[in-house]
Amino acid sequence: MPRSPKLPAPTFDIIHHTLDNGLRVVVSPDRSAPVIGVAVLYDVGIRSEPEGRTGFAHLFEHLMFQGSANLEKLEHFRYVQSSGGTFNGSTHFDYTNYFEAMPSNALERGLFLEADRMLSPRITQENLANQLAVVKEEIRVNVMNRPYGGFPWLVLPGVLFDTFANSHNGYGGFEDLESATVDDARDFFARYYAPANAVLAVGGDLDVDETLALVEKHFGPIRKRRAPKRPSFAEPPLTAERRAAHEDQHAPIPAVALGYRVPDPVGSLDEHLANVLLTEVLTDGDASRLQQRLVQRDHLVTDIGAYIGEFGDPFDERDPTALTITAHYPDAGSLDKILRAIDEELARVADEGLAAGELDRVRTRLVSVLLRELDAVLSRTLNLAKFELIYGRAELIAELPGRLAAVDEAAVRRAASAIRPDRRAVVELVAGAGR
Amino acid sequence: MSVVPALTAPRKAKRLSVDERVLGTGLRVIVVRKPGVPLVEVRLRVPFQSARPADPARAAVLSDAMLTGAGQFDRSDLAAAVQGLGGDLSVGVDADRLMIGGNALATSLPQLFDLIATVLTEPTYPSAEVATERERLVEKLTIARSRAGVIAGEALAHRMWGEHPYAHDLPQARDVAATTPAQLRKLHADRVRPEGAVLVVVGDVSPARVLDRMESALSGWAGAAARARVPGLPEPVPAPLLVVDRPGSVQSSIRLGGSALGRDHERYPALQLANLIFGGYFSSRWTENLREDKGYTYGPHSRIEHAVLGSTLLLDVEVATEVTAPALLETRYELGKIASLPVTEAEVDAVRQYAIGTLALSTATQAGLASTLAALAAFDLGLDWIAEHPKRLGAVTVDEVSAAAMEFFAPARLVEVVVGDAATITEPLAVLGPVTTDA
Repeated sequence: MPRSPKLPAPTFDIIHHTLDNGLRVVVSPDRSAPVIGVAVLYDVGIRSEPEGRTGFAHLFEHLMFQGSANLEKLEHFRYVQSSGGTFNGSTHFDYTNYFEAMPSNALERGLFLEADRMLSPRITQENLANQLAVVKEEIRVNVMNRPYGGFPWLVLPGVLFDTFANSHNGYGGFEDLESATVDDARDFFARYYAPANAVLAVGGDLDVDETLALVEKHFGPIRKRRAPKRPSFAEPPLTAERRAAHEDQHAPIPAVALGYRVPDPVGSLDEHLANVLLTEVLTDGDASRLQQRLVQRDHLVTDIGAYIGEFGDPFDERDPTALTITAHYPDAGSLDKILRAIDEELARVADEGLAAGELDRVRTRLVSVLLRELDAVLSRTLNLAKFELIYGRAELIAELPGRLAAVDEAAVRRAASAIRPDRRAVVELVAGAGR
Repeated sequence: MSVVPALTAPRKAKRLSVDERVLGTGLRVIVVRKPGVPLVEVRLRVPFQSARPADPARAAVLSDAMLTGAGQFDRSDLAAAVQGLGGDLSVGVDADRLMIGGNALATSLPQLFDLIATVLTEPTYPSAEVATERERLVEKLTIARSRAGVIAGEALAHRMWGEHPYAHDLPQARDVAATTPAQLRKLHADRVRPEGAVLVVVGDVSPARVLDRMESALSGWAGAAARARVPGLPEPVPAPLLVVDRPGSVQSSIRLGGSALGRDHERYPALQLANLIFGGYFSSRWTENLREDKGYTYGPHSRIEHAVLGSTLLLDVEVATEVTAPALLETRYELGKIASLPVTEAEVDAVRQYAIGTLALSTATQAGLASTLAALAAFDLGLDWIAEHPKRLGAVTVDEVSAAAMEFFAPARLVEVVVGDAATITEPLAVLGPVTTDA
């Protein structure tokens, strides 16, 4: 085994500024290529949806593309793309993002487009009806018409968590979506889309002073509104195992998801990082514990993966978050054997610790993966905004290799010892199209 | 327009430092220095066409089992060694090529190459691992074929290419199950050879030093590949709309396909722009109609795919079952319109900028540039093509785009397939024209 190389860390400048209306701004120049990223993150996501309005945060995200103070419907898309850029938005459990990647000569245009919809989106009955139809098709293509669609992120939270905020279906039920009104959307915007409830990040081929002046010019005039106070969504660890079944009419073979409540990813960052490393020990690559045991040795599963965060990004959520293990398996009768094998492997990590070099190689790979995500200007910009919003410090990205280096074997063993059967929820996907 | 800020003067991309060499073994190596993050990306493309009916299954198992043993390394030793370099290796295969892709910390590139060399020259294909991967592949194929999009893709490919190898993107489970380790070792020995192969390295590295290092690291990988004769690609023949039943579908998967032009064709830039105007980006006619006006779909897409034997125009859209016929009608309307009436200057200007800008974005990362270069290398195109393509796009006239649209988007020349709940959709579709359920 070659010795692990020294861990590199990203090096880029990060400049902070807060406007009078409360908008937090992060700027990060990188003049190596003539491209820029613009990202606005609002501190509202699936967890803040009102009861009876499941899926509303995502439906609202769609409405933010339907025209704004100075732009007709379709103009946002056209201005971004005819500048040579790309755009999108996405709804997460704790935030919603909107972003563009553009040639650097479109910097001011990109800032204008984001400011214009922060000022006022055009929410009309016609746009709402159109985007309701589009969102239903999105749910059909990604969930209802697709084997394993939305599994496990749409079903596991409902078993693992208890409060409406944490447990409901984040894409939304059709009935809830259909009952959404223009007034709901206006209220949602007024309450959650205040400048003081958002982070703007701009990265890439830019001059810092010029960029801050353009930010002030376009976002400065947006009226200050009070940011809503964010409630705690925390839930205590489970004390007894929970089980549920989920029918999937298109799936040809069964699947399973195991969810564990894990410590606060922000308040207990070091414990969180030990859990992140544990997931890599368990399932990253052919040398990982669960791949070797369940795929290669026992032939119990076709594939197996472990991750933290409902969308597989461990730094995407505040408390509570979950460690999830998923697997597809050919024999519907083998679920108990699969669970037992997972428990045995976790107990082995907890009781016997790691092999020589195991933690180092897993950590080296993890740092490499984190760095790779920072290569594209847009994903770097989105990450800066996310760490600023969730952790309050964009700089944490650059510090992660050092923080990971400080996690020792004992911490990973402790993490494994807390991933116990009585702390988990198990959802079995029943294959409706099975042989 | 007044309130929307104008674009400022564009800044030119920096020229990348690149070095290229054909090694004594016939392997072509392209190395690009692209700092940014301290990583390096690797793509090794080995030609892998074959007309032998058993080969797609063997190639698929070979690709899944290639990293399960090499030299003294067993499966987990090899994976652990790669991981220790901050690295990752994977193998994929299609009707044209085998691709070994990877990345690692830039400082670990020499060690990564030693491991790749061992995989290339001393693969073991252990019986137990091959058995495991065979079984897994059968399960993965079962899962793939439960997806509407995969069913539709296979039906369209069969309609377009008949019995040509390009019609069989995924192997059949029975052929996979019959594959033996001895067959894999032979296929590897016959076909995984450096002659005709291309290796692309992009990252925080010095090209000259990498090339020198490569000469020695890969010197043991030698020999010519066994020749494979593959027939040319037939011209797709229009036929009645094919309806494939997928009971219980809540959406229909509509697919249309026809031949297109390769990247090196002089009319390709015009066709590329015509495709964007039709359905190749969000602000396209097809998207604005089907999604933003009608709400029939989450999103239609049209694209041009380039394979060694020919390029293809592909249209795909998933629509709610109850609007299957109206969605096909609107699709045919947009096709007929772009094939019969000229496009506008504003449309061409918009897609021109989009094509230029997104080319720059997609090649602005180490991984994006490495993948693009590996794909281009199959056609003897490289960094020059990327650098000069904006100029070609800039020179295309509105008339040229209209002419390309007229020829390639004519609905009369496209093959059509719909996968969905046949009991519900067949009758409404038959109102629009002939329908068949015979593949």
